[in-house]
Amino acid sequence: MTLLATDAPNPWFSTSYLESNYETILSALREHVILTVVSVALGVIVAFPLAVLARRSRGLSAAILGGSTIVYTIPSLAMFAFLFPFLGLTIELVIVGLALYSLVILVRNFLAGLQGVPAEAREAALGMGYGPGRMLFQVEIPMALPTFFAGLRIATVSTVALATVGVIVGYGGLGNVLISGFNNNFFRAPIAAASVLTVLLALALDLILAVTARLLTPWSRGRASV
Amino acid sequence: MSALGDAFRYLNDPLNWTRPRGLLELFVEHLTISGVAVGAAALIALPIAIALGHTGRGGGFTVALSNVSRAVPTLALLTVFAVTPIGFGNEATTIALTLFAIPPILTNTYVGFREVDRDILEAAGAMGMSPLQLVFKVELPLAVPAIMTGLRTSAVQVVATATLAALVGGGGLGVPIALGFGQQNEGLVLAGALLVALLALLVEGVLVLLSRLVSPSSGRVSVRRRRRVAAEPL
Repeated sequence: MTLLATDAPNPWFSTSYLESNYETILSALREHVILTVVSVALGVIVAFPLAVLARRSRGLSAAILGGSTIVYTIPSLAMFAFLFPFLGLTIELVIVGLALYSLVILVRNFLAGLQGVPAEAREAALGMGYGPGRMLFQVEIPMALPTFFAGLRIATVSTVALATVGVIVGYGGLGNVLISGFNNNFFRAPIAAASVLTVLLALALDLILAVTARLLTPWSRGRASV
Repeated sequence: MSALGDAFRYLNDPLNWTRPRGLLELFVEHLTISGVAVGAAALIALPIAIALGHTGRGGGFTVALSNVSRAVPTLALLTVFAVTPIGFGNEATTIALTLFAIPPILTNTYVGFREVDRDILEAAGAMGMSPLQLVFKVELPLAVPAIMTGLRTSAVQVVATATLAALVGGGGLGVPIALGFGQQNEGLVLAGALLVALLALLVEGVLVLLSRLVSPSSGRVSVRRRRRVAAEPL
């Protein structure tokens, strides 16, 4: 095995590899973006009502936080394995698995954001005659946006990293390129290209979300929302 | 469900545990890799974090480190290691996992030190404590809940990540899962998943108990209330 790895030239960055394989890499990148965006979007759709519900009762919020700790602790490979009998070797399996993890991160941050709304703001809105719906959408959600976005950024960045593990069922986006390099006599060029692209994708999405958060919450610019 | 039945049948067969490269051997391998990685990471991260936390320097660095480490996929690092002279196998896995175990310990310890009440430090200084005494008799005991949170986050993360080693020729409890996926054997996949998930939950539970035991009397509250820094699913 070591012979094979050292005999032929095996550069980290090879323009000829990139030239002849850019279609493969681009489609892997596209799959990676789809996996990430769909999973996080699913996570948001489920996490939001859960957080609103959880706020109403202490028991429910304890149950949701406890359950999320358990989901969080389960290794990704095991999570995909648990879903395998239900979903088979499909892209849906990867999406559901990733959505579960992002859901867990998001519901905590959404809940923290809603709970962090100052009571004074709520009372003032109540005094001005706001009903529960307007209170939620015009007072509480805008005030909780920085915390929402903090959670969204964490969820997105970890989903990009985690999506590579989807290679176990053949849908890992850039993870497919990574492992194909490993399986092709430890070919370095695809491994390096996929690793760099994954990190860049995570940073790019993080930047987009950070800029969006700044644009949506101009009042919080002084405070850092990590 | 038949897959679950197959999984239990597989787990119930003693030969699957005791044969060479059986579950028992993989289990021990998994725990050894994880234990060494977390131990090494603690040896590296704790002195640095204590120095940084005591002096208050490098706050931006620790936060940046934990953010960047979240963006680097473990699978990518394991694969990159496999094609360097480090190679693959248990040693390479241990080194990769050590790197991933450092940021949570570093960040949480740093934050724990910085969160020590300034008044307490002033009082201790006024009582004539030397800087070294301040670190070991005041700051360190008060930062124990935060340090334990860091260690727990790291340990759970490492135990989870160690399963990925099986994708790049390594050992540990990821082996039955990877093998099962390769053979489309639902029972084997589930059996491996059950073991890994149980192990991760067990490590989390044991470390929660341990941190309650070693924390000062008020630690119980602060351990539960403290938000994890840089925790991520793996």
